[in-house]
This record gives sequence, structure tokens and C-alpha cells, in this order.
Amino acid sequence: MAAYLIKRLGSLFFTIAGIAVVTFFLSMVIPLDPLAAIAGPQAPEETVERLRVVYGFDQPIHVQFYRYVERLMHGDLGMSFQTNRPVLEDILNFFPATLELATIAMVISVVFGLLLGVLSAVYKNSWIDHLSRVISLVGVSMPVFWLGLLLLLVFYFKLGWLPEPGRLDIMLFEPPRVTGMLLVDSVIAGDWEVFWDALKHAFLPAVVLGLYGLAGIARIARSSMLDVLTQEYIKTARVKGLAEWLVILRHGLRNAMVPTVTMIGLTYGSLLEGAVLTETIFSWPGLGRYLTTAFLTLDLNAIVGGTMLVALLYLIVNLLVDLLYAYLNPRITLASGND
Amino acid sequence: MATASPPLLAVEDLQIRFHTLRGVVHALDGVSFEIARGESIGLVGETGCGKSITARAILRLVDPPGRITAGSIRFEGTELLTLDRRAMRTIRGQKISMIMQEPKVSLNPVMRIGRQVAETLLIHDRSLSHRQAEAKARDMLGSVSIPDPARMAQRYPHELSGGMAQRVMIAMMLVTRPRLLIADEPTSALDVTIQAQILDLMTDLIAEIGSSVLMISHDLAVVAETCDRVIVMYAGTVVESGTVDAVLDEPSHPYTRGLLNTLPDQVDPDRPLQSIPGNVPSLLAPPVGCRFAPRCPEAGPRCRRETPAAYDVGAGHVAACFLHADGGVA
Repeated sequence: MAAYLIKRLGSLFFTIAGIAVVTFFLSMVIPLDPLAAIAGPQAPEETVERLRVVYGFDQPIHVQFYRYVERLMHGDLGMSFQTNRPVLEDILNFFPATLELATIAMVISVVFGLLLGVLSAVYKNSWIDHLSRVISLVGVSMPVFWLGLLLLLVFYFKLGWLPEPGRLDIMLFEPPRVTGMLLVDSVIAGDWEVFWDALKHAFLPAVVLGLYGLAGIARIARSSMLDVLTQEYIKTARVKGLAEWLVILRHGLRNAMVPTVTMIGLTYGSLLEGAVLTETIFSWPGLGRYLTTAFLTLDLNAIVGGTMLVALLYLIVNLLVDLLYAYLNPRITLASGND
Repeated sequence: MATASPPLLAVEDLQIRFHTLRGVVHALDGVSFEIARGESIGLVGETGCGKSITARAILRLVDPPGRITAGSIRFEGTELLTLDRRAMRTIRGQKISMIMQEPKVSLNPVMRIGRQVAETLLIHDRSLSHRQAEAKARDMLGSVSIPDPARMAQRYPHELSGGMAQRVMIAMMLVTRPRLLIADEPTSALDVTIQAQILDLMTDLIAEIGSSVLMISHDLAVVAETCDRVIVMYAGTVVESGTVDAVLDEPSHPYTRGLLNTLPDQVDPDRPLQSIPGNVPSLLAPPVGCRFAPRCPEAGPRCRRETPAAYDVGAGHVAACFLHADGGVA
């Protein structure tokens, strides 16, 4: 197990290094001049040239690459042109909000996705199966901006049950920053008022994002559960005299989880990238909006840094999925360590 | 065998139908038999004749679209077909249990085998702690001759051979000391070399517990070795039943005779093996009259008109064939 982890973490390092190289060269070959973007359309030629020297873009590629690698070795992702702060600082600023939202959304997706998937497998072709299909269809096909606005209109504007967009009521103070996730920091500070308010603020955007992930999870859970329920060991469990719901939960679900976990991992990965539309509608200061702005303003350092972060997240999620996979399925031994 | 107390199990006129898109499958029609306490009964017949479905019907675990449409199954005098679900569950696994055909796929692949054996105990005895149940499970694994039971209890099914898996299955189903054990082709999926081992083990344990056995097999040799009586099924009906000796020595139904002819001859090993011509009829539209008539070398016009009743051919040995009726097959 330990050897497996070391091996996986080692390969993780090389993958990240590879991604750093690829993103660097990709940023070199784009047919756009980032300096023009920094200096603005009206800037005189000599300003642009001076900036070129300041940012080191006048150097040959191998020198630029050397400097880039050297910076990375020191954990320096460079300055963001748009915010004028180090990219790493920006990421540490924006990512916790995304992590928080993605995790709540994931919990919603997993809980309700599994519930719907299992119920529609057990009651195949009944009304609950059809309802779950409708929910899944709505989940994937409803535009996020439309659903988000609709939920805000109903639950904030009309009913007033849930708060306005944003992460926290303006009358409340953020707890001392530890993780950057308000829900965690407020618990650390013991500030339950902030916790409750932050949870209410996160609820609607998390539902919107969760509904999207739910559809895929419910679909996989349904099909793998249908498959599992025809297996002989399910019949054995019934012969033993086990109540049907225990047959389904104890003997069915754990087996059906094996393929479902992969889907859960993929969904979580894509949620962690940030979701620009949801973040915009709900004024959520997350990674999605930061990266989108970086792309639109050709903020090269932020783009490279963000790309590496997203790659790293996927790698970590993949590793977690593999570990979970091995835990759920004893037929898989980690020692063989193929990744 | 007319005794005052009811038999352990009495199946009467059992009828099972499958409502499918292509029509109604008459899977079982008027099957009746009894099992006395401590008795071992063999249920034989070709694949698809309704052996397994009869077994599953006793536990009321017929998979849809199959449905028990008529008949009665009484266990220790209690009618099982009308019992409520909860009461039925206290019978399953505790009073009647069943060993499945394919041990490797009949064990949950993600649960340690010790827990799977302990689970049967825990379902039926709420007062038992997990620790006690696991201890009993390990003892039981020991009594099915699994080496080093404490260590094996921690294993998962994929780490076991077929023979070991079937031992676990036997442990799991006998740990509650059931009154009736149904064994559905318990050795068919195993290597020939370990079939005998598993059978011996099973018969020893059953003798110790005192359970009755319903042994389902297409292998007459297995039944001859382990059972007191035998029931021969064909196309969803019982065609012959009686003591093993009577049925095997003097088969009274042409189907049973055909079945016996398919076995290698012990006296004359060079005799070519014979098969029964034709196929099991489609149960979507079973033949009128005797269901074996289309394949029967001795069938007469009456066989294609009327359904034969069970005719006594002596000492509890009955055959559903007009050959033994007044008037014969004509």
C-alpha cells in the first residue's frame, strides 16, 4: 500500500512536469501577443517593446524556458497581468471558494444520484424510474444560467427563503482565514452564525451544479445496480432470509459502487475546475471566473498556472478514485500498480 | 409412510407460469411430492424440466416473470404460499436453506467469507453479537474442513477455488442447522475429482444435523449415492417417483428408462451410449396429453389425448404413464 502510494505520487510528479512543459510551449505558439493585451490597444510601440524586455519576452525561447522552469522550482507561477498579484496567491485566493462549492455540489450529486439510481433499478419501469429519468434529463439539458436565475427568482426574490448571491451576508465578518473555505473556517472559529449563513449562500449554486453531476451518477448507478441485482450472490442473500432492503444495500450497492466511483471522480474533477456561469450568476468568487478572465485577457501566467492546477486536481481525484476502487473491490490489488 | 404427524414438506399440485411477451410458459404443472423428516430426496431430469424452479418455489423466490399460480406448499404443516413476507424470511436460511449451483458466483465478491457465513446467523438470531457470530462462523468453516478457518474467514471469494467456495456455501447454509436443505446441483460446477469430496462432506454434515435434503441433479449417479427416494421430472411434470432402488432397478416410465440408457453401462462398458431422440417440448405450448408422448417409443393414441395420472407400480413407486393404467396406451 505504502509502496503503491509512493509510486503513484512519483508518477504524479512526472505528469505535472510534463504538463508544465506542454503548457509552456503551447503558450509560445499561440498566434497572439500577450504584451499587446497587457499594454492595451492604444499603447505606443516603444512601450510594448519596453514591456517585452521587462517580462523577458525578448529572450530566446530556451532562455525563457530555463527561467520558467527555475521559477516553477521555487513554486513561483509568475505574476498575473490582470490582478498584478502572484498567480499562486490568486489561486490560493479563488480556489478554496470553488473547492467548497464543488464539494457541497458533489455531496448533493452523490447522495441523490445514488438514491435515484438505486431506486430506479429496484423499481425498474415504475413511475420512480421514469421520474428519475426526467430529473436526469433536466439535469443535463437545462442551461445552468437559466436554472440558476430561475432558482434565485423563486427562492430569493419571491419566497425570500434563501439569501442573495454572494458567499456571505454583508453584515457578517469573515472568520479568520485558515483554509479559505468559509464553512470550514467558521467551524474552526466556532462562529455558527457565519457557518449557517455561508451554508445558505452556498445552497442554490450547489444545487445547480449538483443537478448536473447527479444525472450521470444516477445513470451509471442504475445500470450497474440492474446488472448486480441479477447476480447469483443476490439470490444467495435472499435465500439466507435477509430483508430485501438489506439485500439491496449490503450486497447490491457495494458491488454497484465499483463502476459508479469512476463517474463520481470524473464529475468531481470537472466541478473543481470551477463553473464560470454558476459563479457569475451567484457572484461566487471562484476559480472558473478567474480562469475565464485570464483566458479572455491573455493573462499567460495565470493560464499556465491554472492549467497546471486543474491537471493536478484531476490527478489527485484519479488517485483517490483508484484507492477507493481498491477498497471497494478486493479483486483489485494495488500492488500491481498499473496506472 | 402413513404417519400421524404431517410430513416435513408437502408440495401439492404446484403450478408455475411465466407470462412473457411470446406467451405463457407452463413451467410447472401439477407437481406434487412429500419429504419426510430426515429423508433425502433426489430431483432428476434434463435441463429446463423445472427442477430448479421447484426448489426456488419452496423458498418462494421464483424470479419474475415467473409466478406460482396454483398449488400448495406446506412446511411442518404451515402453508408457505400465503405466509406474510416477514414470516417467510424467518423460514429462509433458518429452517429451509439452499446450496447454489455455482459457488464462485454465489458468494458476494466484496464481502469477507467469515462475514458472509456469520450473516446467516445474525439474520436469524438478534441476540447474537457480531463477535459471537464470527466465532461460530469460524467453527463452521472448520467443520466443512476448511484449513486454518481463522485466516480463511478473512479471505474474499475470488481467493478461493471452486471446491473451497462450495465448502463456504455449505457452511453458510448449514450454520443455522436447517430442517430442510435444498441442494441445487451442488457439485455440477466442480472438478470431477472434488465432487465426491464435497458430496461426502455434505452427507456427513447433514446426517449430523439431521436435516432432510432435496437434492437436485441431472446426474443419476449422484442421486443414487446420496438419496433415499428419487423424483423424476420431465417438462414441468413429475413422471416417476419411488425409492432409489426401485426407480433405478425397475424404471417404470419410458422417460426414466431413456434417462438410464444415457448412462454408461457398468456391466458392459462397450455398449454405445444412447440418447433420447427429440427435444424437450416448448413449454409455451406443451403437448396435449402426456408431455413425453412425442418422444416416447411406447406411446399410443391415448397418450396424445389424455394426461396420465400417477399409477402405483408397487410399494410407493409411482409412474405417470398409461402403460401401468387399466386399458394401457391404446
